[in-house]
Amino acid sequence: MRTVTVVGASLSGVYAARELRAQGFDGRLVIVGEEPHRPYDRPPLSKDFLTGKADEEDLALADAEETAGLDAEWLLGVRARGLDARGRTVLLGDGRTVSTDGVVIATGASARRLPGDALMGVHTLRTLDDARVLRDELADGPRHVVVIGGGFIGAETASSCTALGHDVTVVEAASLPLVPQLGPEMAAVCATLHRRGGAALVTGTGVARLHGRAGGVTGVELSDGRVLPADTVIVGIGATPNTGWTAGSTLRLHDGVLCDDGCVTGLPQVVAVGDVARVGGRRVEHWTSATEQPRVAVRNLLAGRTVESVRSVPYFWSDQYGARIQFAGRRHDGDTVRLTEGALSEDGPAEGGFLAVYERDGRTTAVLSVDRPRPFTRARRALMRAASEVQPTVP
Amino acid sequence: MIPVCRLEDLPMGESVRIDTTPPIAVFNADGELYAVDDTCTHQDASLSEGWLEGCLVECPLHAASFDLRTGKPTCLPARRPVRTHRVSVEDGVVHVHLTMEEGTAA
Repeated sequence: MRTVTVVGASLSGVYAARELRAQGFDGRLVIVGEEPHRPYDRPPLSKDFLTGKADEEDLALADAEETAGLDAEWLLGVRARGLDARGRTVLLGDGRTVSTDGVVIATGASARRLPGDALMGVHTLRTLDDARVLRDELADGPRHVVVIGGGFIGAETASSCTALGHDVTVVEAASLPLVPQLGPEMAAVCATLHRRGGAALVTGTGVARLHGRAGGVTGVELSDGRVLPADTVIVGIGATPNTGWTAGSTLRLHDGVLCDDGCVTGLPQVVAVGDVARVGGRRVEHWTSATEQPRVAVRNLLAGRTVESVRSVPYFWSDQYGARIQFAGRRHDGDTVRLTEGALSEDGPAEGGFLAVYERDGRTTAVLSVDRPRPFTRARRALMRAASEVQPTVP
Repeated sequence: MIPVCRLEDLPMGESVRIDTTPPIAVFNADGELYAVDDTCTHQDASLSEGWLEGCLVECPLHAASFDLRTGKPTCLPARRPVRTHRVSVEDGVVHVHLTMEEGTAA
């Protein structure tokens, strides 16, 4: 393989570039990024970056020395707009083409948007540019902030906004936020963090439309008819994988680029990693998956076939309202949940947090902690050990 | 020199955090005592809550790993080392000898 092109200067893209060099690829390495920025870390955007505790330098995923060590051609500020049928040519938005022997697809996902969100004061929070604009707006005195969507981005952004002294309401269409991730019992526990943190939580109602005047947002009309006044609206309703650019290729798409367990697509010289990849039937948008998949993907890319599978236990964390939530494993509806450390008070986490274990047929399927990192790590390790014992190896 | 705890209160495999500024984590790694700055250099997490294996500690948030002997990261996502501090035991009490910040008069 003489040329490998990494499409997406993202977390998983930069990890893939590192893995290529670490695993001995010494050919031409091209990295294409739609954003003009060097690779940066997204999780702090909704937290320390928004509150001003971290600046852009703190977000950098590679310093100058590492960047030089990668010896890559960086094509930044230009998007990939096509991949030929054999996966040997990447077409760029400015008309250029890159001939390549291997492709790593790391184009991530884009924030889902609401109709009518062109009003001033309506934001999504996915990119550095999104975060810069929102940070500037929030620095401009106290505002009525409405966060649409009570997922992790929504909750973390709401938490940052309350910390900055704004009046915050979170609107969640479901009866509780985070039920798919945490299950109903623990979702109810974590929902109390909003109130404790000083944000109002409105659940069980969707958004009918946004109200505006003179091009700026003034309110959010809920499907039950209520209108919440708003100077700033943050839309956190999920993300869709950036697969559109591969439409002309033979790659199969279904909520992501379809890959086998080893991140390999239908073409052995094309692998996919991170938020855009549906690996072995699952697409996850976790930071840790984006950092773990590239090692396996690159190994398989360089081998020309799948010689290793990704065997990770999904893990995510969320910092909100001063609490640290950590979750590992795969829970399913109907798993029983048991507190094994700590306690609840008034339905929320008590001082000192707790550890909860999800179980099915006597086996632990997942583990959740709030402010209990040490026992959580122990439990997560046990899950990882169990996963490596039961999963078959690829011949 | 900062007294930390009695030696018997820091058994093998355990760690303790002291609320200095910045906070310091003290570890008993298979009988050897080590002290490093407690906050992971990647993002805000307490290494004293981390996973100790030999003389490596893994951050509980993103699995960055540090060598307690040198403070150097052994894997991503951390890139900068944590400061190390000397540890002594006097009359059964563990003490940390603070390494001064660069540019600070000793």
